[in-house]
Amino acid sequence: MKFAVIVFPGSNCDVDMYHAIKDALGEEVEYVWHSTDNLDEYDGILLPGGFSYGDYLRTGAIARFSNVMAEVVKAAQAGKPVLGVCNGFQILLEAGLLPGAMRRNDGLKFICRNVGLKVENNQSMFTTGYSLHETITIPVAHGEGNYYCDNETLAELKQNNRILFTYDGENPNGSLEQIAGITNEQGNVLGMMPHPERAVDSLLGSKDGLKIFQSIVKNWRESHVITA
Amino acid sequence: MYKVKVYITLRESVLDPQGAAVQQSLHSLTYNEVSDVRVGKYIELTIEDTDRDLDQLVKEMCEKLLANTVIESYRYDVEEVVTQ
Repeated sequence: MKFAVIVFPGSNCDVDMYHAIKDALGEEVEYVWHSTDNLDEYDGILLPGGFSYGDYLRTGAIARFSNVMAEVVKAAQAGKPVLGVCNGFQILLEAGLLPGAMRRNDGLKFICRNVGLKVENNQSMFTTGYSLHETITIPVAHGEGNYYCDNETLAELKQNNRILFTYDGENPNGSLEQIAGITNEQGNVLGMMPHPERAVDSLLGSKDGLKIFQSIVKNWRESHVITA
Repeated sequence: MYKVKVYITLRESVLDPQGAAVQQSLHSLTYNEVSDVRVGKYIELTIEDTDRDLDQLVKEMCEKLLANTVIESYRYDVEEVVTQ
């Protein structure tokens, strides 16, 4: 499986993402600059964290109009797995690939630490490697992770099991219903604030994030590789 | 030429943690009369004379880029700039 790590001016988790795919997961991966206008050769699209365009105006607001985003929309519509982490999640929200918006953390501080997450749905292509309601440890690092959507959207997210991860126990940022990660309606676009790419090796404190990438690959293989 | 002043704030229904912190600080300075604070953004656009409908243009810019209408509301004033 071949992944693209989209790099915007101001991305800073692109190297971690690349490392997670290449070294921890053992799959093919390339950096792809935001001006690219073709993603056809990639099977999975990864939007890394960082501060694209300096977070000017709003997080993700300017990156969302990059050339590559039209291709990300196309990939999403084609059913390819698209994962946005942190700033990547914020970009997916601004692009309208996921519903809702991010507010400043309710404590107004940038938080950078490990948090507990609860797996709320283990039937999605991103989470089949986990057990339902399993708690995992993955770091967050953000100033704007306070997820918001209107009541109608929230009801829809719940009804269709589109909330994949919630913060376990204490809510670090004020996020609505402790939401940490959601998918689109089709289930192939995931946005999450915690950084699974920083949790792929026990040497670094946790490898709980690796299963997200392993789940993507496993589910992709099952639907794409013809076994004789 | 026009000068357009755009004001963006979080929508009434959305909690503004920054505004709440500022309000608390104002209270600690004994300005207890302050019952609400909303922190927003102010953007100035200078727009050349155009055949296109100015209101329409500004609305489009606000809704596409300048404001995120999921959580923010906007208003704007238009001033005509007379060049000598």
